[in-house]
Amino acid sequence: MSNAQPVPMSRVQPRTHIDVAGVVIALLLLVLAGMVWWDMTKLQILSPYDLGPKVMPIVVAIGLTLLALGNGVGALQGNLPARDSLDWKPIILILGGLAALIVLIAIGGGFMIGTAILFATTSAAFGRRAFLTDLLIGAVISVFVYLLFGKLLTLSLPAGPLEHLL
Amino acid sequence: MEAFTSLASGLSVAIQPMNLLFALIGVLLGTAVGVLPGIGPALTVALLLPITFKLDPAGSIIMFAGIYYGGMYGGSTTAILINTPGESASMATALEGNLMAKAGRGGPALATSAIGSFVAGTIATLGLTLLAPYLVEVAVSFGPEDYFALMVVAFVTVSATFGDSPVRGLTSLFIGLLLGLIGIDILSGQSRLSFGVPELYDNVEVTTLAVGLFAVGEALYVASRRHIHEEKLEAVRGSLWMTKEDWKRSWKPWLRGTAFGFPIGALPAGGAEIPTFLSYATEKRLTKHPDEFGKGAIEGVAGPEAANNASAAGTLVPLLTLGLPTSATAAMMLAGFQQYGLNPGPLLFAEQPALVWGLIASLFIANAMLLVLNLPLVGLWVKLLAIPQPWLYAGILVFATMGTIAANPSPVELIMLTIFGVLGFLMRRFDFPIAPVVVGLILGPIAESQLRRALSISLGDPMVLLQSPISATLLGIAVIALIAPFALKNLGRFKAVED
Repeated sequence: MSNAQPVPMSRVQPRTHIDVAGVVIALLLLVLAGMVWWDMTKLQILSPYDLGPKVMPIVVAIGLTLLALGNGVGALQGNLPARDSLDWKPIILILGGLAALIVLIAIGGGFMIGTAILFATTSAAFGRRAFLTDLLIGAVISVFVYLLFGKLLTLSLPAGPLEHLL
Repeated sequence: MEAFTSLASGLSVAIQPMNLLFALIGVLLGTAVGVLPGIGPALTVALLLPITFKLDPAGSIIMFAGIYYGGMYGGSTTAILINTPGESASMATALEGNLMAKAGRGGPALATSAIGSFVAGTIATLGLTLLAPYLVEVAVSFGPEDYFALMVVAFVTVSATFGDSPVRGLTSLFIGLLLGLIGIDILSGQSRLSFGVPELYDNVEVTTLAVGLFAVGEALYVASRRHIHEEKLEAVRGSLWMTKEDWKRSWKPWLRGTAFGFPIGALPAGGAEIPTFLSYATEKRLTKHPDEFGKGAIEGVAGPEAANNASAAGTLVPLLTLGLPTSATAAMMLAGFQQYGLNPGPLLFAEQPALVWGLIASLFIANAMLLVLNLPLVGLWVKLLAIPQPWLYAGILVFATMGTIAANPSPVELIMLTIFGVLGFLMRRFDFPIAPVVVGLILGPIAESQLRRALSISLGDPMVLLQSPISATLLGIAVIALIAPFALKNLGRFKAVED
């Protein structure tokens, strides 16, 4: 799949017998199956003959349960594909940028400031060391996108103080 | 030859100046976005979907056709020049293509992939033209139970049959099916898995899911492994044009690649990966220059790239005639249709012939435009590839979030995008395939409505699925397709070809 040449040193996860992450995945699938089943029990059947809206949730819940078992067996045998080591910092930066954007839109700050922040944090996640410059570039791009989407294509984008100036 | 009359009327739609313009814009945008590393055709279509919101259906779908083919061309350029296939279907192209580029033969590699794509795309679109009316006729006789069984076949082939692991593939599919349950059930008016969140009442948007999984997920994944993986852009050196020898070595692989790609794409047999690797293996065996394989053999680019494009056009056969998407990209196309309340299938051919045949005719036009534009513009596309990685991914995320809130201006939509992004990241990390999630989300509700229609006709008796001969046969095929990968563990041997 990947053409990366993994450096042997970077494989911090030795191939233990039981894959803990795999067991967690299996448990999560089981939780999802339970949630679908629980939600299904609250549905009402309108026709006396068939299960109507319950059919598909039942199929999905059973399927997820079986797959939880399948994944669980695989994890216990430890035969998941090998994984490379993980750098958490960029992930936190990107998710932080997305969170900032969501909060700003939720409190009516418009999307431009949030977009500029997202641009700068993502760029930082990929190794750039010029946060303020990138903030500025992000702002310019968001103005451009606002004009393209909002004015040219007449789609509505959440507006805040900055957007009202344009 | 009724098909050609229909095609001619479709051409008269496609050739209207506005529609030609839409096709041109689609082709250019599709190539420009598709060329960006890490962006495959499915994400290209998903990212560009918001742009078509305000167009009329015909114009928008014609633009799609351009975006679709453009994204495919762009993807192969990336595969050849930086060896970062945006999707698994370009992996085979990247093998020899990138080696050719390293050896200073990037120009001919791009040329044979562009011309091969054109040849394959044209033949396959012709196949679509000829095949579609027959399939439509067959499909008309399908009852709801038959449709349901057909979708089960598609579910199995997309998720289990050809992947690395049937269990992981099916897990992806069922996550998609679960997401498809969210929202108000149209038939009974009850909400499922919505937990009182109003935004969840109107279902999960396919575009939000696709953009989250592909764009956000990919950005998170690439960023988290930057310390071990670096991309290198090969400059296009030397002549762009193919020599006489190159032509002689390319034309047969183009045709053979098409012969692999179109049928496998047209059958609901999931993805372009298999035909591209089959084509690669075949060319490697038939070549008169076996010493060049592994050092950049032109046959190894020409064949798989033709197979890839032929298979892409092939997936349009089940999509248009049966409403059955068998790849992530086809699922995005279906989402595009649904955005206008259009449901691909036999009825669409009867009710909107101008639109369907206009689309098919536009595929021919888009393909020709790409051939004319792509080689002269290759310098421009290469410049796009040179965008520094931090800005590239930052730009992708900005565009992805903008497209998402433009389609549905609510912070909840962005929260969903983020959650899907994290899901996409985890799926990449633990090697779960992404496409079955998208197919499950879009096809799940359709399969459910067919199943419930069948069950309400039979007064709740599930045996109706086995009583119809068509449905029983299809379910039998689905069972075989499900068991086959367990029985033939070495089906994945195509992947080993690259070693």
